[in-house]
Amino acid sequence: MTQVETEIQLLKKEVINMWDLVRSQLVKAKNSMLNFDKDLAREVVLKERRVNGAELKIDRDCENIFALLSPVAVDLRFVLAVLKINSNLERIGDIAEGIAKYVLSVETPFKKEILDATYVTKMYDEAINILEDTLAAFENEDTILARSVFKKDEFLDDINIRANKLIEDYLKEHPEDIDQALYILSVIRKLERVGDQSKNISEEIIFYLEAKVLKHKHSH
Amino acid sequence: MESTIVKSVDYNAYFGDNHVVKNVNIEIPRNHVIAVMGPSGCGKTTFLRGINRMHELIPNATAKGQILLNNEDVMQMHPIFVRLKIGMVFQRPNPFPNLSIYDNVIAGYKLNGVKLPKAEKDQIVEESLTRVALWKEVKDSLMKKGTFLSGGQQQRLCIARAVAMQPEVLLFDEPTSALDPISTSTVEELFHELKKNYTLIIVTHNMQQAARVSDKTAFFYMGELVEYDETKKMFTNPKDNRTQNYITGRFS
Repeated sequence: MTQVETEIQLLKKEVINMWDLVRSQLVKAKNSMLNFDKDLAREVVLKERRVNGAELKIDRDCENIFALLSPVAVDLRFVLAVLKINSNLERIGDIAEGIAKYVLSVETPFKKEILDATYVTKMYDEAINILEDTLAAFENEDTILARSVFKKDEFLDDINIRANKLIEDYLKEHPEDIDQALYILSVIRKLERVGDQSKNISEEIIFYLEAKVLKHKHSH
Repeated sequence: MESTIVKSVDYNAYFGDNHVVKNVNIEIPRNHVIAVMGPSGCGKTTFLRGINRMHELIPNATAKGQILLNNEDVMQMHPIFVRLKIGMVFQRPNPFPNLSIYDNVIAGYKLNGVKLPKAEKDQIVEESLTRVALWKEVKDSLMKKGTFLSGGQQQRLCIARAVAMQPEVLLFDEPTSALDPISTSTVEELFHELKKNYTLIIVTHNMQQAARVSDKTAFFYMGELVEYDETKKMFTNPKDNRTQNYITGRFS
């Protein structure tokens, strides 16, 4: 194995570890919200530092590979893709932290009724599922799976588009829940962003494997 | 529209029974820098030497197919004329040791028995040395021996010697492999300047150099031209797996 291959394998492992960490942050943010578990929310906020640390380490490793090993062709595309995937993962980590901070700031548990009415639980599941798909696509170099993310993201977009109306309808019947409704609306917006970040990640996976640029193209 | 200056048509080269360049078809556009790369023994230097008929100088060497310069078969031209139109610069700087810088530049004329008036010689020397960015450095020591210069300056002097003959194409065989990084970078900068007036074909083992200096890259493997494309494309998304394996260092 050449030195560049060895370094790329190590980088791949690091990115997969970061992916696992970010996924676990998102799952914990979800559970802390649904179970009103402030300890878990605190853990997510604390672990955000690890996500940031992982991001910096991956950035530095990419920089070193560029400076010392001058990667070309598939290696070059891999390192370029990793740089962008890294920054998208870090933003998903920020989203998990943001949700955990909401949980820490609310006084009462979220009502089951509002969670059901706004589909936020389903949105969580789908966002986590999409993130897992991108990870599997990256690990197994599977562009078919990467492409499937574009379709799945539409579900998150759809709920996000309908969110104002769903919240409005809910508030007509439960005006006393305005605080909770506004938090939920913010969470929906954040989860929609997880879909967008995952889509960006999928585009990078396809760029690295097929050398095709899908960014800013409407149909994939 | 890019015009083609050099074209090879089904070009094959042999050393005795050893078939070293196999059926190469390539079109080289005017005023471009072309890098030719590939592992040792892939036939890249033999192909380069075929372009200006230097291959035939080696005993037992033969060739088939055509090399066209401006659509004319070089085999139908006088070999000296071919080598004037297609100059060559070698791996190690090789100025004539007994000649001054001045005489080195116009050596091509002297060796071919061309007598020029002093004023014209002066003009050729100044123009050629200016074109290789050496004039300012040596204008006050033109009568010193060429071998007094540094390695990088000597290589530029050799390029000036080729340029003095007003060629259309310049062939370079590993032109910076004997130079330090600073001289290498000076010569590489020079390539960008030279391509305004000439077409450059450079054999190099240094892939980063190929990436830095060339517009198009040709990859040779076991005598075959495997891939020939825009350099940017070759180094980001080569089509052939053999090219990818070579440039990423995964060649076994």
